Amino acid sequence: MPTITINNKAIQFEEGKTILEVARSEKIDIPTLCHNDALEPYGGCRLCIVEIMAGGPRGLKTSCTLKATDGLVVETDNERVRKSRRMTLELLLARCPNVPIIQTLARAHGVSSSRFSLDNEDCILCGQCVRVCKERMGVAAIGIFNRGAKKYVATPYQQLSEVCRSCGACASVCPTGCIDFTTFSEKTPVPLLSEWNVGTRRRKAISIAFEQAVPKTPVIDKNACVHLNTGACGICADSCVAKAINFDQQDEIESVKVGAIILATGFDPMDPTPLKEYGYGVYPNVFTNLEFERLSNATGPTGGKLLMRDADDRLKFTRPPESVAILHCIGSRDLNYHEYCSRTCCMYALKYAHLLKDKVGHQVQVYNFYIDMRCFGKGYEEFYRRIQSEGVRMIRGKAVRVTDRAQSEEEQGKLVVIAEDTLSQSLLRVPVEMVVLCTAMEPRKDAVDIARTFGISIGSDGFFLEEHPKLEPVSTATAGVFLAGACQGPKDIPDAVAQSKAAASMAQALISLGEVEVHPMVSHIDPDICIGCRVCIGLCAYGAIEFDTRRGISVVNDAVCKGCGSCAGYCPSGAAKIGHFTDKQIFAEVEGLLATGS
Amino acid sequence: MDENAYEPTIIAFLCNWCTFTAADLAGTSRLTYPSNVKIVRMMCSGMVDPKYVLKSFLEGADGVLIGGCWPGDCHYINGNMKARRRVALLHEVLERFGVEKERLWLRWVAASEGNMFAETVKEMTEQLKKMGPPSTKQRAIA
Repeated sequence: MPTITINNKAIQFEEGKTILEVARSEKIDIPTLCHNDALEPYGGCRLCIVEIMAGGPRGLKTSCTLKATDGLVVETDNERVRKSRRMTLELLLARCPNVPIIQTLARAHGVSSSRFSLDNEDCILCGQCVRVCKERMGVAAIGIFNRGAKKYVATPYQQLSEVCRSCGACASVCPTGCIDFTTFSEKTPVPLLSEWNVGTRRRKAISIAFEQAVPKTPVIDKNACVHLNTGACGICADSCVAKAINFDQQDEIESVKVGAIILATGFDPMDPTPLKEYGYGVYPNVFTNLEFERLSNATGPTGGKLLMRDADDRLKFTRPPESVAILHCIGSRDLNYHEYCSRTCCMYALKYAHLLKDKVGHQVQVYNFYIDMRCFGKGYEEFYRRIQSEGVRMIRGKAVRVTDRAQSEEEQGKLVVIAEDTLSQSLLRVPVEMVVLCTAMEPRKDAVDIARTFGISIGSDGFFLEEHPKLEPVSTATAGVFLAGACQGPKDIPDAVAQSKAAASMAQALISLGEVEVHPMVSHIDPDICIGCRVCIGLCAYGAIEFDTRRGISVVNDAVCKGCGSCAGYCPSGAAKIGHFTDKQIFAEVEGLLATGS
Repeated sequence: MDENAYEPTIIAFLCNWCTFTAADLAGTSRLTYPSNVKIVRMMCSGMVDPKYVLKSFLEGADGVLIGGCWPGDCHYINGNMKARRRVALLHEVLERFGVEKERLWLRWVAASEGNMFAETVKEMTEQLKKMGPPSTKQRAIA
């Protein structure tokens, strides 16, 4: 294997690698601004200068462009190299005195000021944006124009580009973050918003859904991925050391044979946009419960800080609020939307109040507008008392409107929550800086399709219906299908955990037994009477009746029959009968009832 | 109250999963409703054979109430829809037997609607009182 000596250390290397690559593989630091592993060597920033001492043409060379050769002796950090780098940095600092990455690099190399006349540019002309656009995206929508001191990056003629796809690759490689690619394209870029963060931050076309995702594997958004749409890019595949990226993967449907199924499809948070009176989507600082939840989360867009949105950019967060209104029952307990109570809101609203007092500080004013406080669980009432003692204001009355029309000096520039305080019977106008809407928990959008797939029922509220509200809270009308969590109705975490453990036990009990108990109240078709008209087969909602072609009669499968009696209610020959509900039994019942009646 | 006042008898075929449970709830909620109603538990309203209805009228019932789940809520997917079709046909047929079709009611009452069950029974009893005995019964007496 060929050997190179870097800083008096002999290193074996693979043919074809540059000095920079070999040095980095040995953890020898060489500063550079224009090098990017995904791009061809450029040698533009001149910071990766090293000195060739022997074994080749001597002198200062850029290590990113020079291939390592056998017997080369290189020094990366001698006085001559340092002097050259200091000069380069001084020049860069003169051009871009306010760019943090230049300031940091300069400071690290002992350059504090520049002797040259200062400019005020953001772009350091590393050319990464231009190269990524041309080399990896195959578009070349931008280029470097002019020469020397007049160089700049732009689209041809500084016109909006037809070919730019506004993929954002240029902005993502820019070391100084100075590129606004919205000025390049004719197309308006559509930001990719993180679903996990309910649209409060951006994500990339390849991303890990969330920090605790299992498996913690990145997924490619096939609608947004440049490679899957145009065949270009593919940077992720090149940079993946494990070579794990496979662009040819397709969706697969796998069949699994199981003895029990637990449905735990959860709920959808209600979109409060149709409730125009609360101004969600109109006023930037009206948040939904989940958005607030993401703000307070350490892995959220603000790293756990409770901040207000910027008035112009929904993805930018500025400063903590001084006053917050938390509006309960948005879409719940409301005849126009959902009659039911979403159960969780009272308690998480109290949690939000506590988080605000805890994270923002005691001076923050928190108002809770509620219809009734439903602190029903273990320790909940005590928590409510504690929050009240923290100075959170509880106002009994549902907020009717959020507006930004000020009627007084105090309301200027704030959101005004209008509500009736039903305890003092007065109309309130409360100016606040942030509003949190505690929106309803809704059945999943496709709950009806899921219910149809599994042959279970849906209640009037749209959630899956359990077999019996008290005695069979996790079973469904279909044997072997169980419910867990909010798909059955709004519930909080303790309730969901309790129900899912119950569902797991029910499923275990069913599958570990090895045999199935069949209800005695199932249909039976008397083979001597059946005329084989097959109407019962069409009536059976469970497909439990099959036609025996040899005998010319219909036969019930006991294990599938649920005993609804649809067949017995129709059977023209009276062959189909439900156990315990035969004609004879019903007639006797009717006769008995009417004999004693009159 | 007049001891000889006409008290109609209602035979109610109630679905085990909704209206029967609602009747149970009406009881446990201490709601009062007329004792004119006699309940026959069925597994599903779709199980009610037309001949059960005819038998009830023949045996001297003044009215028949079939109680099922609300459309879309049927415990057996769509048994209540089958009941609805059967009742529509029965309404056609009953007139020919000399029974007014107003004497056969089909009502959707969910398991949680105990008060609705009580209301329905009250309402039906009132109506039957106004209507008097069915003509078949009068004929039988005469």
